[in-house]
Amino acid sequence: MTDSTIPSFEGATCPVPMRHDDQIVIGHGSGGRMTQDLIARVFSPAFMNPILAQSNDFASFELPPNAMLNGRLAFSTDSHIVSPLFFAGGDIGRLAVCGTVNDVSMSGAVPLYLTAGFIIEEGLPIQTLERVAASMQAAAQEAGVKIVAGDTKVVERGKADGLFINTAGVGWIPPHIHIGGALACPGDAVLISGTIGDHGIAVLSARGDLGFDAAVTSDVAPLNSLISNLLEAAPGVHVLRDPTRGGLATTLNEIAHQSGVCIEIYEEKIPIHAPVQAACEMIGFDPLYVANEGKVIVILPSDQVDAALKIMHNSPHGAEAAVIGVVKPAPSGRVLMKTSIGGTRVLDVLAGEMLPRIC
Amino acid sequence: MELSQAFRDGELVQRVVKEIRRIVTRDWVIMEICGGQTHAILHSGLDQLLPPQIELVHGPGCPVCVTSLELIDKALAIAARPDVIFCSFGDMLRVPGSNQDLFSIKAAGGQVRVVYSPLDAVKIAQQNPDKQVVFFAIGFETTAPANAASILQAKAMGLKNFSLLVSHVCVPPAMHAILGAPNNRVQGFLAAGHVCAVMGYWEYPPIAEKYRVPIVVTGFEPLDLAQGILMTIRQLEAGTHSVENAYQRIVSKEGNQAAQAILRRVFKPVDRNWRGVGTIPLSGWGLQPEFAEFDAENRFDVGHIQTHESPLCIAGEILRGLKKPIDCPAFATLCTPAKPLGAPMVSSEGACSAYFRYHRTQETT
Amino acid sequence: MCLAVPGRIIEIYDQNTLRMARIDFGGVIREACLEALPDATVGDYTIVHAGFALNLLSEEEAQETLDALREIGEIEAELGLEDEEISSRDV
Repeated sequence: MTDSTIPSFEGATCPVPMRHDDQIVIGHGSGGRMTQDLIARVFSPAFMNPILAQSNDFASFELPPNAMLNGRLAFSTDSHIVSPLFFAGGDIGRLAVCGTVNDVSMSGAVPLYLTAGFIIEEGLPIQTLERVAASMQAAAQEAGVKIVAGDTKVVERGKADGLFINTAGVGWIPPHIHIGGALACPGDAVLISGTIGDHGIAVLSARGDLGFDAAVTSDVAPLNSLISNLLEAAPGVHVLRDPTRGGLATTLNEIAHQSGVCIEIYEEKIPIHAPVQAACEMIGFDPLYVANEGKVIVILPSDQVDAALKIMHNSPHGAEAAVIGVVKPAPSGRVLMKTSIGGTRVLDVLAGEMLPRIC
Repeated sequence: MELSQAFRDGELVQRVVKEIRRIVTRDWVIMEICGGQTHAILHSGLDQLLPPQIELVHGPGCPVCVTSLELIDKALAIAARPDVIFCSFGDMLRVPGSNQDLFSIKAAGGQVRVVYSPLDAVKIAQQNPDKQVVFFAIGFETTAPANAASILQAKAMGLKNFSLLVSHVCVPPAMHAILGAPNNRVQGFLAAGHVCAVMGYWEYPPIAEKYRVPIVVTGFEPLDLAQGILMTIRQLEAGTHSVENAYQRIVSKEGNQAAQAILRRVFKPVDRNWRGVGTIPLSGWGLQPEFAEFDAENRFDVGHIQTHESPLCIAGEILRGLKKPIDCPAFATLCTPAKPLGAPMVSSEGACSAYFRYHRTQETT
Repeated sequence: MCLAVPGRIIEIYDQNTLRMARIDFGGVIREACLEALPDATVGDYTIVHAGFALNLLSEEEAQETLDALREIGEIEAELGLEDEEISSRDV
């Protein structure tokens, strides 16, 4: 019999058949392999520097020696193009604030200030913009950050899908904190702060193209409070990352690759709300690849798991936190999942865009 | 649904697999013809739990894999027209034609929309009276009723701007083609549960009899698949070759008569070219003359299509279970998921793409 | 070819001459065509593919199937077979 200690096929998504070498297609923005390839081909060579090469969702750097600061800064940016602008549980404004607050927080930083750039499509009702701005302010207050600079541009009708928002954020990392995607160690436990797939399904439901109405609310939320509580109770955390585009599986792959480890998770332990599961089954999506906007993956030494879970369960947005897996030394760069029937499946990076299927 | 959960019970699956292991005494080759079953088996890892004597071979049960290259090229030509909104299931978006796929047509400005149901395409036609709306009607007998319903609804609404590009294929002729091939290795068959939900399984006893092959109608949850395999192995070990139903909660022998009546009204049997396999007579469905006006091939003149299929691709032999992907000289070298030469490397259920990932993970160990 | 999911019929109506239904898939509601199930009523369970209800789902048959499968486990116990979990490592 073949040596099947490592099993085959992660299922779910179609590999990308054609290289779209000469034009941008939607798949380049999906957060999976095509996006990585585009960054590697266009942006990294153009902008290359050691800080960018850290490959985290944030950039952390020291100030010049005579600057009056200890610790480091964390700095990040995110653009938001979600359609529709409003959905159950949130809107593009809340997404824009929380997305960047969370990216900065993934370094262990206290997020401080945000900028916000708006590209507005001609014809957007001002009232809509007011709603979005109010939502951004509410999210900023919830996170304890200030929006301190911004920019506004308008483009012709048809060029911006209503509204696009870019936010950038800066935060301060206390000197004793060292968190990053390359720091996962064999033996570490892998935790998720709550249920997966809520945001992606809530947006799809709101968009209406697939005709379903799901009792699902986006999880979009600022996680800095949860994270700062966590770091106090479990100071040995190695990795924090939010599984946004590409979902839990893609993000775990990034970490496994950066850290040169294997991450093994257990299907039975992954928290998922029943309507999210039902919606995914109907359209043929794998919840492991659906976007989340209010969840964090935590990788930490196993002796701190109890303390971590306890504080997360008692923190905002962490009530359903759970242990979902473990870090192993090999095979390096691989993410494996033990299925509910006892098989093991390789979870690869999301290759292109996930599409509803009938097969 | 709690019922679905019950059919995913890990402990029960383990027990059924243990029973399979207990009774199997020699090597057997079983084919599951439905791509959805291939996917479910690999997704749950059931193939890893089966004893080594059982070889699961994946059949041509994926419409993505078997839709003819010529029809895909026609779809692309229609989708590129500025007066057309081309609607399709998501599965078809990345299937390569001779030069392009629907994704690149979309990027170039073509209006391509993914829908969950052909009835949604009818709604789009109603909402866009100034455009022609074409739906890519692929699928086996499972999908045919939905496509038929869309035609009936469009006709009742008097829509002049809705049409179907039909690529329907049927299971029984494919089974004949596989089992009747001189070098056939398949000894037992898992019949496609949802195809049978519509068609019943009254068509299968003559097949089981002719080729002396047990056929078990099987569902899609891990427990369904394990049960289907168990029943097939029991028959193989006992030397019997009858048709059994392991999906009784959905499937009856006569199937859904009302659905079959709809199908007979809208469709008629036609010869169909299966990509990689060739033309199998009367293996597909086309529109009845009464609905010819809704046939996109009549409505759009896309000119002569010169197809170009890779001469290296051995998809046909793979789809019939005669060869494995690793037997193909182009496998993982010239033909990869990023640059596929044929359809089985494209589909999420295609044998070649599945083997590619297995091959690759072996390299990292 | 066969992604179909079970759901409960919560409403039946006509739409452009087709018999349609709203189906609850467990917190997700969607419309589906019920033309092939002229005798189905609200509360019945059906299996839906691409927006079309293929057949009714019989809870009774489902229970019978599960019961029969559970008996297999009992045979195993009676035969005194080891209660070890099979995993991919064993193959």
